[in-house]
Amino acid sequence: MTGLSSQFAALVVVLPLMFAPICALLRGRTLPWAITTIVSALSFYVSIELVIAVNTGGPISYHMGGWAPPWGIEYLVDPLSSYMLLIISGISTGVLIYARDSIAQEVADKHLGLFFTAYLLGLTGMLGICITGDAFNIFVFLEVMSLASYVLIAMGEKYDRRALTAAFQYLIIGSVGATFFLIGVGLLYMMTGTLNIADIASRFSEIEDTRPARAAVAFLVIGIGIKLALFPFHVWLPNAYSYAPTIVTAFFAGTATKVSVYLLIRFIFTVFDPEFAFGIIQLKDILMPLAVLGFLSMSAVAIFQTNIKRLLAYSSVAQLGYMALGIALASEAGLTAAIVHMFNHAVVKTGLFLSVGGMFFMVGSVYLKDLAGIGKRMPITTFGFVLGGLALIGVPLTPGFISKWYLVVAALETNSNLGYALVVAIMMSSLMAVIYIWRVVEVAYFRSPPEGAEHKEAPLSLLVPCWMFILGSFYFGIDTTVNVGLAETAAAFLMGGAP
Amino acid sequence: METETLALFVDLFLMVLLVAGALTVLTVRNLFVATMLLGIVSFTMALTFVSLDAVDVAFTEAAVGAGISTVLYIGTLALVGAQEKTGVKFSAWPLAICLAVGAVLIYATYEMPPYGSPDNPAQTHVAPRYVQVSPTEIGVPNMVTSVLASYRGFDTFGEVTVIFTAGIGVLLILSQRRRKRDDEAEEEAQKKGTQSKLRVSLTGLGSQHDLVPHIVAKLLIPFIFVFGLYVQFHGDFGPGGGFQAGVIFAAGFILHALIYGLQFTQRVLSPQVALILIVAGVLIYGGVGIVSMLMGGNFLDYNVLLPDSVAGQHIGILIIELGVGITVAAAMLVIYYAFVGRAEPVNKLPD
Repeated sequence: MTGLSSQFAALVVVLPLMFAPICALLRGRTLPWAITTIVSALSFYVSIELVIAVNTGGPISYHMGGWAPPWGIEYLVDPLSSYMLLIISGISTGVLIYARDSIAQEVADKHLGLFFTAYLLGLTGMLGICITGDAFNIFVFLEVMSLASYVLIAMGEKYDRRALTAAFQYLIIGSVGATFFLIGVGLLYMMTGTLNIADIASRFSEIEDTRPARAAVAFLVIGIGIKLALFPFHVWLPNAYSYAPTIVTAFFAGTATKVSVYLLIRFIFTVFDPEFAFGIIQLKDILMPLAVLGFLSMSAVAIFQTNIKRLLAYSSVAQLGYMALGIALASEAGLTAAIVHMFNHAVVKTGLFLSVGGMFFMVGSVYLKDLAGIGKRMPITTFGFVLGGLALIGVPLTPGFISKWYLVVAALETNSNLGYALVVAIMMSSLMAVIYIWRVVEVAYFRSPPEGAEHKEAPLSLLVPCWMFILGSFYFGIDTTVNVGLAETAAAFLMGGAP
Repeated sequence: METETLALFVDLFLMVLLVAGALTVLTVRNLFVATMLLGIVSFTMALTFVSLDAVDVAFTEAAVGAGISTVLYIGTLALVGAQEKTGVKFSAWPLAICLAVGAVLIYATYEMPPYGSPDNPAQTHVAPRYVQVSPTEIGVPNMVTSVLASYRGFDTFGEVTVIFTAGIGVLLILSQRRRKRDDEAEEEAQKKGTQSKLRVSLTGLGSQHDLVPHIVAKLLIPFIFVFGLYVQFHGDFGPGGGFQAGVIFAAGFILHALIYGLQFTQRVLSPQVALILIVAGVLIYGGVGIVSMLMGGNFLDYNVLLPDSVAGQHIGILIIELGVGITVAAAMLVIYYAFVGRAEPVNKLPD
């Protein structure tokens, strides 16, 4: 690659990073939003180019500052990281198209410049974490992402002041997670003398029997687990997602926790090596019960929610459980299931949150009691929610079905009673998803709207992007060459050994 | 042998002090006392870093941990009062987590490479190049600066972004619920087309009647700024650089605000200018990266900036350190303004 395209690996992160400060100086309702959307779309375009480049020409290594690793910081675009870039920048761009009217309702005009600065910083952080090949650089961008997300969540306080406590709770728990991660990286540096991930990986087998290395593994897994909202570290997530502004919830539900799933995969499969993680220290024995308990209990809790955003948030924790299970199965099929579910869940859940956002935009509430008969008042938005719900449950022809299919295949591949038990657990959790989606459907269609309620759809600026996600999710449920194809490549690449 | 025993004694002494300080912070009920103790803990930490020969880190810890953080705490206490809410519930979870983390860390210290040995992985793998080659390929005597600003310059750019994010975040959250009075004053000012803010109060939190602090501050502030400049531009040769210098600059302004009142300081450097500066610093840093891209190198590759690569490294490091200094100073000020700006004026000047 020559010219501009040789700089793509840096540009995907540098673009949002450089435009974030510029946004801070802009005022008004349109300009900051327009710039943010264009920048995010450019990042998306660059991500697509990177995906194509990686899948045709192999991994790309970009040396920041011109210094070769391990002395300098390396950006490493491989099948998995390029897949993540695609998800993050794609979801971000779709959400931003929706954002203009939605956020203007929830945040005062004079603060929109700074709001979009924080949004771009959050995007920068996520992209940076996924593309970098340097363990400390991950921490730096984790901090950028985390700080930005605390702020963005707190912005929901105009409608509900509990957004502030939710953000504060996330700040405390998230800081603990980030600190654990840093301690883990520090211990690895102490033992290997390097921060470059590939370099650590190549030296890990020499130190894997030492106590500092074992402690590093513990700190890293727990730290990432907290950020991932892995059951039982999920307590911050339902609050954060319930009270944040619509577009923030939609953006984070699709991306933020996925970034942590990515980190877990990266450390287990690239740094530690599956043989160590699952053979020697039996990480599976911890990860699998937590994953199964997670999706069973959280699906059950979701049934009893009265706030739709909260309901979907609990469902998100459950979905993260599926991804953790895929990782814990420690096979190529399991890993494919986890990776493909990141993509599918991102598209589906973002679409769902955006349709709920449309209801909130018109009705001003996301509580079931206020949404009686919403299916008659806002038929198009509500129908979008129902289709999204079907995709979440995993009805055939939807991406949810694809994910669960791969997960079930991976579970059966173990050829053991455990595998059958896992399949039963997945089925039970899916049935509970039917119940919680049905609860919304029941309120929406089988209760009469309150007297004198307006029958009015959300504006097109909200409807179109929302339906883009809904229809998009069906597209990826039928034509799976992109989501499954790239995920299979990534899984095969990871199982084939570290680069 | 004797120096080693002495070093061990100093280390142990500092450790005991650190633990004692941290435990006392937990038990004291007066938040002002707790703040002061936290400052002491930070200074002890800085001394520990000195004993580890990490003077740059020690400098930063002293300036940020003991300096600015303490000022921000006190600024907050001025708003909320220094007495802790009574009847704080004891919760076992945090204690359990702390003990568990401590236990795992102690477990990890067994089998850790011998303390301070030159044969450790951290000294033998990546570090030798920094030590041996950086004087010729970067040409900066302070190797810490070489690593921070050039080899791992992208990390430092990320750190500056973290500071920027923190500043923007505090600004955004605290400006959400301003006092109604402020909004009304602003609207009124817009109607009149004048700046009415200054008429509301010229004093802020300043101490109007204390002559001694006034004189001392007047004498001190110029020297603080000169020292800030020295630290900023001497980072290539000794401990220092943009982070520390930025904090020192901010300290100068904050001292001014503490003594003469916020409104006077904001006349010198208004919140709008602070916002522009915090943005400018990041753009300067990133701008160097963009320029090096345009000149055919990778992002932040200073070698291509000038025909002579060592001179390019010099100019690159100089400019990015400037960006760091500006953003850090402005971020500290933005945070301070945001906190203290919420205080009730102590007393008003006659109209």
